[in-house]
Amino acid sequence: MGTLEPNRRIGDAEGATSSITGKLKPKIVVVDYHKGNIRSVERALEDSGADAVISDDSAVIGRADAVVLPGVGAFTDAMETIESLRLADPLRDAIAREVPFLGICLGQHLLFEAGEEHAAGVELTRGLGIFPGVVRRMPRVDAEGRAYKIPHVGWNKVFFSDDPCAQALFRNIGCGSHFYFTHSYIVPDGSATIATTTHSVEFPSVVGKGVVFGVQFHPEKSSDVGRMMIDNFVDLVRQR
Amino acid sequence: MLAKRVIPCMDVKDGRVVKGVNFVNLRDAGDPIELASRYDEEGADEVIFLDITATSDRRDTTVALAGRASEELHLPYTVGGGFRSVDDIKTMIAAGADKVSINSAAVKDPSLITFASHAFGCQAIIVAIDAKRVAGGRDRWEVYTAGGRNATGIDAVEWAREAQKRGAGEILLTSMDCDGSREGFDCALTRAVARSVEIPVIASGGVGDIEHFSQGILEGEADAVLAASVFHFGEMTIREVKEDMRRHGIEVRL
Repeated sequence: MGTLEPNRRIGDAEGATSSITGKLKPKIVVVDYHKGNIRSVERALEDSGADAVISDDSAVIGRADAVVLPGVGAFTDAMETIESLRLADPLRDAIAREVPFLGICLGQHLLFEAGEEHAAGVELTRGLGIFPGVVRRMPRVDAEGRAYKIPHVGWNKVFFSDDPCAQALFRNIGCGSHFYFTHSYIVPDGSATIATTTHSVEFPSVVGKGVVFGVQFHPEKSSDVGRMMIDNFVDLVRQR
Repeated sequence: MLAKRVIPCMDVKDGRVVKGVNFVNLRDAGDPIELASRYDEEGADEVIFLDITATSDRRDTTVALAGRASEELHLPYTVGGGFRSVDDIKTMIAAGADKVSINSAAVKDPSLITFASHAFGCQAIIVAIDAKRVAGGRDRWEVYTAGGRNATGIDAVEWAREAQKRGAGEILLTSMDCDGSREGFDCALTRAVARSVEIPVIASGGVGDIEHFSQGILEGEADAVLAASVFHFGEMTIREVKEDMRRHGIEVRL
């Protein structure tokens, strides 16, 4: 984690001082790879003051001030669609150019090297490969053998670290706040883990490095705390 | 720890909330979105819109409602009722519904669960089961369809297992015996289903008292509890319900 951005304390006591350099209404592309509802994500970004646009066009991704990769469903199916739309390289390029990036749920998973699928045995599908490791199914039992309901559906607590990256995304949000989850697979723990949540196991609910974030929950469905997080992301984009 | 959920359910006909809603300070108590936003403020964990529109040609109104909900609500919502095909489900999910709840159509053709789960992910597919205790004293319940009009002869616990196997992400379980009774959930039924499946179970039908919510969780072993009229008529707020659940040692989001 040696390449982290310094903690940007945006608009704290001194108020909004940085509009001279920042963009008031940053253009944020919500990547449409035809997997599930993204209008709620678009709307949430607009409510936070962004100029949000839904697109599957690599040129639009290339020009955006930030990229949001939403999505629910299956890893393999999603990656196939992204490849067929020729979006994998534009997404990697955006991240390489240090354009702020937010992967939500399946969008978090796709940031990793590979994902497993249970359709016909366990097979691995390659992801975008920004973070190392394999996305795997959440175990049904905990270390003591207690059974848990999978999918992990509902509101669970998110505990973030004192990593500057986490502090930026969780500004004004209490540690241990509830966010809305709905998923069966989890990303591997590693140096990018900046927040964790516990169901059958403790898993990384947020990963982040520099300005690239992946959240397992749905901020756009997480009521007030979710709105706050999206505000924070849009602020972070403004400050670039 | 995952919080137990409290879910208000709204019956919607032709895009309007039906059954009297007795709320002060609502501009339009018949507007499902305005009512849902109010429940969001009160701490609802998600909401369900149950479409009871009789004719399929008025379905567009419900699709439009789902579209508005995806733009205006900041919490997850389910649309239930009236789905006959994967195309119906696709239309609703494309409009913005996070989940759909299917009932009679799934009993008629269980492969609908399989196809829908493959297409949209299991997290988007709730199988709703209306169950009625079989006479004779033993703990057995029969599945009914068409809003409780048709007995199917299918065992409710078996059907829940089958639904899970085919890719359902949650079970919404309504006791027909308890629904409207105000005497509490059928905890024996809820527990029997909850222990038979690995997916979350939402208990529904029978709430009349604030204590009933905790009973559904503690005795029924449900993952979520659903109610309609006690919320709509303002008998208790969702916050009060959650505070009571917390007093019973249940993890809630407050």
